[in-house]
Amino acid sequence: MGARTGVKSKKPSANGNGRFLELRLYVAGQSPKSLVALANLKKFCAEHLDGQYELQVIDLVKTPQLAQNDQILAIPTLVRKLPVPIRKIIGDLSDTTRVLVGLDLRDKAGAE
Amino acid sequence: MKRLDKSPTGIVGFDEVTNGGVPKGRPTIVCGGPGCGKTMFALEFLVRGATDFNEPGVLMTFEETSEEMSKNVASLGFDLQKLAAKKKLVLEYVRIEPSEIQETGEYDLEGLFIRMQHAVKSVGAKRVVLDTLEAIFSGFSNTGMLRAEIRRLFRWLKDHGLTTVVTAEKGEGTLTRYGLEEYVSDCVIFLDHRVTDQISTRRMRVVKYRGSSHVADEVPFLIDERGFSVLPSSSMKLNHEVSSERISSGVKDLDEMLEGKGFYRGSSILISGTAGTGKSSMAAHFAQETCRNGERCLYIALEESPAQAMRNMRSIGVDLEKHVRKGLMRFEAWRPTQSGLEMHLLQIHKLVEQHKPSTVIIDPLTSLMTGGRDQLHSMLMRLIDYLKMQQITGFFTALTTGRNKEIEETDVGISSLIDTWIFARDVELNGERNRCLHVLKSRGMANSNQIREFVMSKEGIHLLPVYVGNGTMLTGSARISQEARERAENLQRQQTAEEQQRVLSGKRKALEAQIAALRLEYAQEETRATLVKQQDARRERELSEDMLQMESFRSGARRGKIGGRNGKVEVEHGS
Repeated sequence: MGARTGVKSKKPSANGNGRFLELRLYVAGQSPKSLVALANLKKFCAEHLDGQYELQVIDLVKTPQLAQNDQILAIPTLVRKLPVPIRKIIGDLSDTTRVLVGLDLRDKAGAE
Repeated sequence: MKRLDKSPTGIVGFDEVTNGGVPKGRPTIVCGGPGCGKTMFALEFLVRGATDFNEPGVLMTFEETSEEMSKNVASLGFDLQKLAAKKKLVLEYVRIEPSEIQETGEYDLEGLFIRMQHAVKSVGAKRVVLDTLEAIFSGFSNTGMLRAEIRRLFRWLKDHGLTTVVTAEKGEGTLTRYGLEEYVSDCVIFLDHRVTDQISTRRMRVVKYRGSSHVADEVPFLIDERGFSVLPSSSMKLNHEVSSERISSGVKDLDEMLEGKGFYRGSSILISGTAGTGKSSMAAHFAQETCRNGERCLYIALEESPAQAMRNMRSIGVDLEKHVRKGLMRFEAWRPTQSGLEMHLLQIHKLVEQHKPSTVIIDPLTSLMTGGRDQLHSMLMRLIDYLKMQQITGFFTALTTGRNKEIEETDVGISSLIDTWIFARDVELNGERNRCLHVLKSRGMANSNQIREFVMSKEGIHLLPVYVGNGTMLTGSARISQEARERAENLQRQQTAEEQQRVLSGKRKALEAQIAALRLEYAQEETRATLVKQQDARRERELSEDMLQMESFRSGARRGKIGGRNGKVEVEHGS
């Protein structure tokens, strides 16, 4: 979809810890919270996900019709589409531990 | 000064109570306990807006999915999916699942705003319903943020001129659990659902309506297959038009008691009395009369099934079935205990709207007295007002249980609402019970003060004057025997008179015969007397002739003629 902006994607690779994450970050324009969240997320991904993820950033100001599918209320919201079940993390993602818990990666993160 | 603009909800009765509906372009809060009907209210506001007022709407639900909601209201005849397909409605389900949400850092509800904005824009919505907004309190821990966002949301809705209805759950001692009413200060409506004597009643109250007058009382409302209906307690003014047209009661003798003309059109008539005094029969006659004049009649039977009532009426010569078949008469029967008073009232309203009768008969009204007399009184007032507004004549029967004086007191509660009150009672005398009837009051006419005996036969109802004499009132066989006695006495008097007449005429005949005999005798006498006279005359003539002869014989022709002086001759002759 053309409406998706800032798509950062890496092909899944066979190596790593075998967990591939499909993430969506919902933001509203260039609001401070959105910008902070995006920056925090990029940092988090680089530190913890080892390229095993696909991230879409969706700007609801441009594509409001996309809010319903993932039941977005709060901005910013990070949605883990895969693996199921869906997980949601709301807020500016400033607390890395909570993001790990929210993405259900804590045990693996600790094991690394 | 500019008056507050209002947006009609299209909900029956609500717009009357609030003098026009909810505040236009502002939020209204509808609160109450579970199952009080707040969602129904909100939905009808939205659907009527889309269908009746060409105001598309947005339904944002936080608890039920769009599909569930559509199913829930399908029974009320609202097709949400169809309206959505026609771009009259947007169904926006906001799901809040606290278990799958992790909070980290700052956030706001911009997503909700974006969705709302998008929904409003997509159909050009004028109305918004948020059902139940408070559910978001369960999804987010930061209540400070939530409150700020809710405040912002209402601000936003107002700025966009959206007429909004927000539903909210009742809290402990507060109108809403999360104090939403502090954000929505324009109009607050409280709905209540309570059960008294196993019968549920729903009530509505406009707690607050800034800048507008409204009915502050609790008013009953209903939710049925037609949707939400509010029943205003009564119109505040007594200004219905009145008719001076008279209509027959269907009983000639009763009309006679009412100046010979019957009831006023559009008046309310009550016939009360103890069991079996012929109230229903009177009602049936009135119904028949209405239909005979080609007018429509609604007959609400609360004790008998239509078939039974019609069969019973046939026995006194009233054929209502004929009119039912023709469609002039509508016969409806239901058990009075099956629902609360409001439901009865609404059912009556609905039937009146469907059938458009010129007379409505409720038989008997007292069956509705399940909810206590106060309620009945206020319901009756509403009913009578409603009927009068439409110039419909109301004919009610009331069963009373006491006797004599007590009865009149029992009904005083409703008598003030009644224009013509006919009272049927039974009189026990000489081992019989007979029906009597009198007109207790009849506004605007010189009604008869007589008590009439009520006689039912195959030919219908007749009201006979009762026997009043020797300071007693006699009815039934006592009256009949009294009448028979009088007839016998009359006969006897008549016979005596005839006898006297006969005697007299006999006497007369005898006298006449006597007179005839005397006349005859007299006539005979007379004849004899004439005869004698003639004989005398002849004899005299003969004598004088003899004398002349003798004279001429004695003196020859000496004297010639003697002229006419016979006497002289006679004297001369005699001396």
